[in-house]
Amino acid sequence: MNRFAQLLDRLSYQPARNGKLRLMTDYFRHTPDPERGYALAALTGALSFRHAKPALIRDLVGERVDPALFALSYDFVGDLSETVALIWRADESAHGSNHPPVLLSEVVDGLARAGRSDLRKLLASWLDALDETGRWAFLKLITGALRVGVSARLARTAVADLGGVEVDAVEQVWHGLEPPYLPLFAWLEGKGERPTAIDPAPFRPAMLAQPLNEKDFEKLDPREFCAEWKWDGIRLQVSAGRDERGHRLLRLYSRSGEEVTPAFPDLADALGAIEARDFALDGELLVLREKRVQSFATLQQRLNRKTVTAKLVAEFPAHLRAYDIIALDGEDLRALPFVVRRARLERFVKEVDCPRLDISPLVAFEDWPSLANARENPAEAGAGEDGAAVEGVMLKRRDSIYVAGRPTGPWFKWKRDPFNIDAVLMYAQRGHGKRSSFYSDYTFGVWRASADGDELVPVGKAYFGFTDEELARIDRFVRNHTIERFGPVRVVEHGADKGLVFEIAFEGLNRSTRHKSGVAMRFPRIARIRWDKPPREADRIEALELLLKEG
Amino acid sequence: MAEQSAAAAVLTTTPAGLYCPAGDFHIDPIRGAARALVTHGHSDHARAGSTQVLATQATLAIMRARLGPNFACSLQAIRYGEPLTIGDARVTFVPAGHVLGSAQILIEAHGRRVVVSGDYKRAHDPTCAPFEPIRCDAFVSEATFGLPVFRHPPAVDEVAKLLASLRVFPERTHVVGAYSLGKAQRLLALLLEAGWDRPVWVHGAMESMIALYRADGVRMVETRHVTTADKPKLGGEIVLCPPSAASDIWLRKMPDPLVAFASGWMRVRARARQRGVELPLVVSDHADWSELCATVKETGCSELWVTHGAEEALVHWARTQGLAARPLHMIGFGDEDEADGLSTETQA
Repeated sequence: MNRFAQLLDRLSYQPARNGKLRLMTDYFRHTPDPERGYALAALTGALSFRHAKPALIRDLVGERVDPALFALSYDFVGDLSETVALIWRADESAHGSNHPPVLLSEVVDGLARAGRSDLRKLLASWLDALDETGRWAFLKLITGALRVGVSARLARTAVADLGGVEVDAVEQVWHGLEPPYLPLFAWLEGKGERPTAIDPAPFRPAMLAQPLNEKDFEKLDPREFCAEWKWDGIRLQVSAGRDERGHRLLRLYSRSGEEVTPAFPDLADALGAIEARDFALDGELLVLREKRVQSFATLQQRLNRKTVTAKLVAEFPAHLRAYDIIALDGEDLRALPFVVRRARLERFVKEVDCPRLDISPLVAFEDWPSLANARENPAEAGAGEDGAAVEGVMLKRRDSIYVAGRPTGPWFKWKRDPFNIDAVLMYAQRGHGKRSSFYSDYTFGVWRASADGDELVPVGKAYFGFTDEELARIDRFVRNHTIERFGPVRVVEHGADKGLVFEIAFEGLNRSTRHKSGVAMRFPRIARIRWDKPPREADRIEALELLLKEG
Repeated sequence: MAEQSAAAAVLTTTPAGLYCPAGDFHIDPIRGAARALVTHGHSDHARAGSTQVLATQATLAIMRARLGPNFACSLQAIRYGEPLTIGDARVTFVPAGHVLGSAQILIEAHGRRVVVSGDYKRAHDPTCAPFEPIRCDAFVSEATFGLPVFRHPPAVDEVAKLLASLRVFPERTHVVGAYSLGKAQRLLALLLEAGWDRPVWVHGAMESMIALYRADGVRMVETRHVTTADKPKLGGEIVLCPPSAASDIWLRKMPDPLVAFASGWMRVRARARQRGVELPLVVSDHADWSELCATVKETGCSELWVTHGAEEALVHWARTQGLAARPLHMIGFGDEDEADGLSTETQA
């Protein structure tokens, strides 16, 4: 538990992906079985403890600590787990100082067995035996929120690094394994065979498209490509099969291989009703109402919910718009050309006739200008009333096989042109890692009318879209034009005649109650730095509100 | 309590700070006083502008180095444990274990014994004389870390954390923010104990204090001025600088700097994240909660005054122990060492 606690501690302060990977790989290399396996389970979200609730922990600490001192401390620290971890005092009369170190495996095992009544004593004895960092990690672990910025995929990548294999090689065997993953570690350390993939509904690493540059057209022959709409939804893979006892199994995966089945029970049930077929489809998760695709903002209300209620499911019905089939009836289709898979997909979707499943239509075009035209006006080019949910077109080579990752050449995404506005830099904050000495996170605003004349209102934040040289120049500007500081944030001079204008590109706009301006941008980045432009000429909030109405 | 307060019989609070009428002197005055007794050299305790200053030899040397040679009209050095009579009071300076030269001041007057702690700690520190508890009627204590969430781990373990990070990230420059007086030298001494055998690169603002400690015979790891370094080659090396410089422009030429910060405040995760610290090291030159409580008990005092810090919690605790306790809410302290504010950025 101590080593695991130190790992979580370091991860929580490490902003960089590679840094996180290194810390995890180092841990897996130097920690014995089965401890590291349980740590991997914790990091991939494979563990859950039902009975350990924050109320119970608050109650326990109340028996040990003066309530006035606890209140003053909690007020200062601001986080319950952390306050308890720091303030807890071991009951020395009960244990003495030589309690053996608590093992993570002991915690996992103990919590699985403990009844509600033993739980109190058990938790107290572990809290007694652990140090501050240990208690913090322990409380985060059992209350189910590690929050150290590690996805399951990243944890598996770290394990893959241990054996010098690609993460996809781990993904392929992952769902057939269980904590503490002894065969996995044995294989990666060259002490055992590769575990056989017995998962009947595995994730198959997704194929991604590269962005298209306009000058690519010179090299590309339109006759070699098919085009589809690029839907503004969430990439989803559905995988269905049956286990050795013949039980049907269906899983939904995100683009990175995280299982998301519990979030979409309605879709899983609908697809699960497809009888007697094993299959794997690649497509877009959308919310449909009366057969019309809803905006991404609507879909977003269905995402990241802790509990999926019947009301939520009824209000935001999930739908799969498929564009590829990668396995069918026990056959791996990935080595077949796109057009052959497409024909199989069309036949499959027609045969199964599932109300929550349809096919993403092909976009007809003769040459690149006609495709450009379709991309500009999807509604007239076949997308009809769903045109607003199209964010561009996809180009797929007719002969392309389905491969993992983002290969160069077979698939392209050609996004609709982004929206652009001119906004004024208002606040700047230092970045992380290599950028920790640069002011690289910028809050920008646009004009709006107020009782005292025009004022700037913040509409978003951007931290990329500029070169290193430009960053150095903006950084200098920030330092020379700071008018106030709040902790790590600098207020940069911003008035009608003084300040810096950014041309901001963004993908769309949502209404937001959290932002003062009432709008939230999607994917904002700096398109150009307008050193030449006086702030008074920057855009007004009305320009954004107009976009909202159109969307 | 029928008896008159022992502390109040010997000390009063004035706008300039704690004052002893029997000896007509101030302790760590925040503005110029006729006679000042100074507990230690941190800038919030040792200020220029008093006429006469009484302090340990080391504290006077630190003040001279930081405030210039004319910071007072007359200076008087006092040794630890040697009583001195001033007016109707007798004062004795006793090691406080905070930084080099730091002292508690025992005042005996009107038949009472009152101890003013200054800043102090009880933990191991190879760079200064260890704290000695003194029996007294009234104890006037600091409480910088006066909440039960603060219990500092052994500093040796935190240095081990730094060395472990250097093992995992051997290509990154480890930039350690530390206060120039006390914390920096303690880290350098602990690194020597831990067997670090390469020079540590230090920021210019720290050099004079390091030299002063060396002149006093404190053993520390070898140091070099960071401006003489070939910055792109500092991967895997330790750079020591004042906290305010730990995220500034001069780091840019170093390979992928990893920012560490040695302070008691690093116990609280939000504090570390706010500062963009990647490796928080919980090393403090102040007493933590258990040391504060243990020290109050060891003095055998029946009365506790708390000068600065988280006064409320310590006063609450002292009352539950049957002591008369009161917070002084003194202002002007905690500005240099372990200060929490964002100090002005320096460039090197």
